[in-house]
Amino acid sequence: MSGEHDAADRAHREAQAERLLAAWRTPTGWRYWSAVNNSEVGAWYTVAAFVFFLFAGVLALLVRVQLAVPSNDFLSADVYNQAFTLHGTVMMFLFAVPIFEAFSILILPQILASRDLPFPRLSAYGFWSFVIGGVFVCGSIFFGAAPDAGWFMYPPLTTDLEQSGIGTDIWLLGLSFIEVASIAAAIELIVGVLKCRPPGMRINFMPLYAWYVLVVGGMILFAFPPLIAGDLLFEMERAFDWPFFDPERGGDPLLWQHLFWIFGHPEVYIIFLPAIALVAMIVPTFAQRPIFGYSWVVLAAVGTGFLSFGLWVHHMYATGLPAISIGFFSAASEAVVIPTGVQIFVFIATLLTGRVIFSTPLLFIAGALAIFLIGGLTGVMVALAPFDWQAHDTYFVVAHLHYVLIGGMLFPIVAGFYYYFPLVTGKKLSDRLGRTAFWLMFSGFNIAFLPMHLTGLRGMPRRVFTYPEGLGWDTLNMVSTVGAFIFAAGILVVLLDVIRPKRRQPYAERNPWNAGTLEWLCEMPGKPWGVRSIPLVTSRYPLWEQANFVRDVDEGRFFLPDAEEGERETLVTSVLDAEGVQCLRVPGPTFLTMAAAVFTGGVFIFATYHWYAATAVSGVLALASIIAWLWTGTAVIPEKDEKHIGHGRTLPLYMSGPRSVGWWAMCITMIGDMTAFFSLVFTYFFFWTVNPSFPPEAAPGPGVLWPAVALAMLIGAWALTTMARRWNARDRVLSLRAGLALAIVLAAASMGALVFGVRGTGLDPTASSYGATVWVLILWLAAHVAVGSVMQAYCIARSMAGKLTGKWDIEIRNVSLYWHFLAFTAAATTAVIALFPLVD
Amino acid sequence: MAANRQGSRGLWTLLTGPVVWAVHFLVCYIGTAIFCARAGDPEADLAPVRLGIGAITLVALAVIAFVGIEADRRSGPGLVFECPHDEDTVRERRQFLGYATLLLAGVSFIATLLVALPALVIPSCR
Repeated sequence: MSGEHDAADRAHREAQAERLLAAWRTPTGWRYWSAVNNSEVGAWYTVAAFVFFLFAGVLALLVRVQLAVPSNDFLSADVYNQAFTLHGTVMMFLFAVPIFEAFSILILPQILASRDLPFPRLSAYGFWSFVIGGVFVCGSIFFGAAPDAGWFMYPPLTTDLEQSGIGTDIWLLGLSFIEVASIAAAIELIVGVLKCRPPGMRINFMPLYAWYVLVVGGMILFAFPPLIAGDLLFEMERAFDWPFFDPERGGDPLLWQHLFWIFGHPEVYIIFLPAIALVAMIVPTFAQRPIFGYSWVVLAAVGTGFLSFGLWVHHMYATGLPAISIGFFSAASEAVVIPTGVQIFVFIATLLTGRVIFSTPLLFIAGALAIFLIGGLTGVMVALAPFDWQAHDTYFVVAHLHYVLIGGMLFPIVAGFYYYFPLVTGKKLSDRLGRTAFWLMFSGFNIAFLPMHLTGLRGMPRRVFTYPEGLGWDTLNMVSTVGAFIFAAGILVVLLDVIRPKRRQPYAERNPWNAGTLEWLCEMPGKPWGVRSIPLVTSRYPLWEQANFVRDVDEGRFFLPDAEEGERETLVTSVLDAEGVQCLRVPGPTFLTMAAAVFTGGVFIFATYHWYAATAVSGVLALASIIAWLWTGTAVIPEKDEKHIGHGRTLPLYMSGPRSVGWWAMCITMIGDMTAFFSLVFTYFFFWTVNPSFPPEAAPGPGVLWPAVALAMLIGAWALTTMARRWNARDRVLSLRAGLALAIVLAAASMGALVFGVRGTGLDPTASSYGATVWVLILWLAAHVAVGSVMQAYCIARSMAGKLTGKWDIEIRNVSLYWHFLAFTAAATTAVIALFPLVD
Repeated sequence: MAANRQGSRGLWTLLTGPVVWAVHFLVCYIGTAIFCARAGDPEADLAPVRLGIGAITLVALAVIAFVGIEADRRSGPGLVFECPHDEDTVRERRQFLGYATLLLAGVSFIATLLVALPALVIPSCR
């Protein structure tokens, strides 16, 4: 009797597994590239970032060959400039930041035992944008058109069209495009951590990796937008002669340095923290004990995230700021040492109190900590202004930043490669090759970069393409070059290990490192569904601490073990205690996201060459593909209200407003958008601070009348949108549509009044930095109003198609949220451009 | 779902200390920058700015201390190094957030003090 029962039970489970597999099956053949699941997109993303890393590494070797001997002519000065600029740019923008996003898209859902991230198509869009932008930027060097003014692109060199060619535009537009992709990934990851944890994983059970992802995602939201705003100003100056950085017309090159480093310094931590996150996952595994001082790591992650925003001026000590201003930033730079140090001590304490297993990943981590420590200590040195004035723009700084980045990021990443490789492919990398690679990399790195401290202290400046004999730099440079090649040999060994055929190598056993966190539930090789059933978590290291955990997951005894309707589903939970909130259906494979990325890329690439007709066509196509993607893949009305997820629990399939993931994503996106807007407002007040008279006496307009009229109409459009949401809730369909239509008309009239009214005053954006700043604020607002109107039109269309109703109202609630932010932007813009000149 | 209703408030409290630090930092930097740019003279006496910084530093430190003490009350066993907070209860989770808030208040306190130090020793805009 019980045998029969067992057989029936087994058959039931197998049928469940089959349905689940069918829903999550990866497309095959050429359709493989339409996949959007995190395991595919994450893997492509990682490979792409790694390829860009190798490319930038080759550029570094060219640079080192050129510098090996004095008066070398291996590279011309021009090619050398392109090589080092592209090396820095690619390493920072196409490797260091994206590899975090790539890795996180790949492993975060596994770490959270979630089936996918909440917006898989957004990840795919981000990935394709990244590849297109990256190839565009990298490819330029083969046409001798690469950016050549250093990775931070300082004006006035770069605003001078004689001195800097198309390379600068490629940098500005190509990277803006990639930054948009980075922000998209950040939004996805933040919502993923906050809302897609397994039931029971309270915030104090969250794996440390997730804490770091949360902090870094937040940092990206506040760090990248200032650079995007800066890029916008920069490109307006290069393409249309708006004088933001031209001192003769009231501009200031220092503004760029501020905007760049408000991005650039947090970026160092955006790169560093995810790598430390890997360390925080790997160290407990090889100490075979929980992390020592979990709360302290959270303190370190959040504390570093904040303090890192108070450091940007330490890149500008040599620009002649008042000593007291420098003092503030010097103090903050020293303060950030506290949380950074806490992390290191926590790791050491965990290892000291555990039973350490010396493995290849741990070896790389030991190397990372040693190298990073030296970089951190030289960092304390250069954070002190008097020392910095000595070392500024010398090879000492080159040595410092490579110690920080390679110790703080590359070594942990390689450790992560060795640690997580079985999770992705089911097979381990070779320990023997790993150790060989480590010693080559570790010794090569130190041989290359340790002498650079001395080269720098002996006065060798950065970015020179060659140097005369006999200044005491010759031997040191030769040693550095030899070291660089040893280091590269180490990387080559890692590469060989990754790509060597592993057909005959058996699959690794399950949970090969005996780790305690959820990602190691993964079967070898992994299944496309991620986890067989989504577990109930009651501890911080469930694989160590919960009895029969793996068996229960495998036998489908937890949540969502089935896909009865053939849909891809995952769970949404509450922020603090991870109680089930919704069973979220996520969309499957599509080529639409790829098309959207191609056309969005077209907008940026054509604009680089000033082919504005092609830009416009590409823009329309991009918009069309994005709308098609939203229309078919988002806010889909389910066939029933609720669904059983197992254990007698039922969750809704559809959710709108503050409890839905889409609303959160909109809110987070708009926080990033606000940061960019504040950067533009900062521009206005920066000029007001540094110019003796701002607005200049001679500047006409914008006046108060037209901005005020425009604001009144726009507030009307906002009010109508808010009302429309309420009408919709009461199923007053006609009011909804009429209200939104009227809002669109009002918004258009508002922008018409603003643009033509201010033009009428004769305010010229090319005449002064004042005109340029006022106009860029107007341009920003108008672009946002245009997007807002498209959203309203979309809601009308959804309503007419019966896809937006009082009960199913995701669209209007998200659009209404967007308009709240838009109304704020409009009010703030008006206050700045129209009212501030009156009080000043 | 009872705990659900309190939303994510505990997470925001966590950030109070660092946010106070950030506001204090920006006020110090921007205030000084505007003062020195308007003065136009590198020898301009910073006395009013220094007094202002002293005052807002006291306010900032008081707020952070309050947040820290408040958090300490919620954090259960108090300031011991290894306080695992790993039991599956709402109480443990609250204590964890309280403890993390306390730690962040601590680092914010030190950082705020450090940032104010230059005002103690630098007398002019030079």
